[in-house]
Amino acid sequence: MATTILPDAPAPAPAEGTSTLAGSRRGDRLFKGVLTVAALAVPVLMAFLVYELYVGSRLAIERYGLGFVAGTTWDPVAEEFGAAPLIFGTLLSSLLALVIAVPLSLGVAIYLTEFAPRAVRQPIAFIIELLAAIPSVVYGLWGIFVLIPLLKAHVFPFLRDTLGFLPFFQGPIYGPSMLAASIILAIMIMPFIMSVAREVLLAVPGSQREAALALGATRWEAVVSAILPYARSGILGAIILGLGRALGETMAVTMLIGNRHEIAASLFAPGYTMAAVIANEFSEAATDIHFAALTYVALVLFLVTVTVNAAARLLIWRVGAGGGGKRS
Amino acid sequence: MAEPPPRLATVHLTAVYGKFTAVKDVSLGFRANTVNALIGPSGCGKSTFLRTLNRMHELSDGGWITGKVLLDGEDIYGSRVSPMQLRRRIGMVFQKPTPFPTMSIYDNVAAGLRLNGRRPRGELDEIVERSLRDAALWEEVKDRLQASALALSGGQQQRLCIARSIAPRPQVVLLDEPTASLDPGGTQRIEELVFELKKDYTIVIVTHNMQQAARVSDTTSFFYMGAMIESGPTRQIFTAPREERTEAYITGRFG
Repeated sequence: MATTILPDAPAPAPAEGTSTLAGSRRGDRLFKGVLTVAALAVPVLMAFLVYELYVGSRLAIERYGLGFVAGTTWDPVAEEFGAAPLIFGTLLSSLLALVIAVPLSLGVAIYLTEFAPRAVRQPIAFIIELLAAIPSVVYGLWGIFVLIPLLKAHVFPFLRDTLGFLPFFQGPIYGPSMLAASIILAIMIMPFIMSVAREVLLAVPGSQREAALALGATRWEAVVSAILPYARSGILGAIILGLGRALGETMAVTMLIGNRHEIAASLFAPGYTMAAVIANEFSEAATDIHFAALTYVALVLFLVTVTVNAAARLLIWRVGAGGGGKRS
Repeated sequence: MAEPPPRLATVHLTAVYGKFTAVKDVSLGFRANTVNALIGPSGCGKSTFLRTLNRMHELSDGGWITGKVLLDGEDIYGSRVSPMQLRRRIGMVFQKPTPFPTMSIYDNVAAGLRLNGRRPRGELDEIVERSLRDAALWEEVKDRLQASALALSGGQQQRLCIARSIAPRPQVVLLDEPTASLDPGGTQRIEELVFELKKDYTIVIVTHNMQQAARVSDTTSFFYMGAMIESGPTRQIFTAPREERTEAYITGRFG
């Protein structure tokens, strides 16, 4: 039963150049081309960077090989270079900074999105975000003139007296130390973690909060049972951002960490980081091998940062894709 | 025959957002084990009214009320009433399904119970199964209770939310346009479910859909511009409304 009306023959095609549907797609193609070049520029730049670091450090790579990352001596005069204390210092100071900054930042972010009076939310967030705009050398100076005297006079002795049975809080107190650097790092990365976590929490649909509250949850229970789980991959992302900044931070750290090539258990002891040693010694590197060793450190720092970030991305991806399903 | 006292009632209830009065002086009663529909055009105050019944309204910015809401004769806005405890006795389901996405099907249903403290596993299993059965979802999910709640279709998610809201055994269940985001099949299943649920619960349902009100409810109340215009047995509201505006609305002349 044919109810559709079909013409006996297809309509004749319009003469060339007269179609009203014709139109150039040249603009689109051009735009796409420009964007493709822009997008490709990033990986190409990164490849160049790695290549340059490799060329610059080849002398050191050939002389020390992979043993470089395990060596603990750093002696430019004897031309002996090992980066283990630097890698240790970079990782430990960043980790400690996260331990201090994450609870604080998340606490502030939760307060600002869930509990604070509406009128103060924006102003407080704005002030905290301003902290991110302070140059790190200013943080370093503040650390030297304010933070370190304070730590040395009150905080460190208190820690030694109360937690001194732990190896982390023993030994002489100099002031410049792993802990001082970690605290300044924590202060510096807090605004980043806080503001991203806050954005993420703001993006949680109100319906999730209401669903929890309608079940009889308190505000706090709603945060813990509904809002934080919903936001968890974004919050992890915020923490990764903070970690990335902590790993690469140079100026304030080198001003506070004490710059000693040593792996010490005590957090009161001075340490060193990869970024700090490059900044301190690059302009004074007199020999080719010293120069190459510093470039090697830069290569290692690059690889450590990329590895940590990649691992973290993988974690976010797995957490985000998991979407629950497991009884916890 | 004397009317039994209502399970849930409002007395001169007025609800305000800041300076905007969303509900004006509404007195309504809902008897136990009935389905009560609230209808009216968008912005008529029916959803706000619903949200005053479990004190969700006061969580909105500038939200406050005057008047009383009585649950079995006790004012739920009394100074000694905890809103949290109240919401465990008056459950609520929203317009869009709101399962907790990081939780499994099982954990979603158990979420409200866990707020009340730990329970033995066996008891929890029992309540979860019973709630899912009552929500007509058990047969579809019994083999995958540990799967993510997001693996369910929209209609199934909404039934999951109903299961979650009835798991703590509330006396009243509030449904805020529960089928607004569902396809016809999902809508039909929810409607059948609402009809079943009234054996155990008192239901108040906000709906845009007048056929739905006519199909599932025992009483219907028509809201317009924040006021309750007319309320009565559903059959009477739909066949012989007393108010001209009610008739105009149900015959589709506005709204």
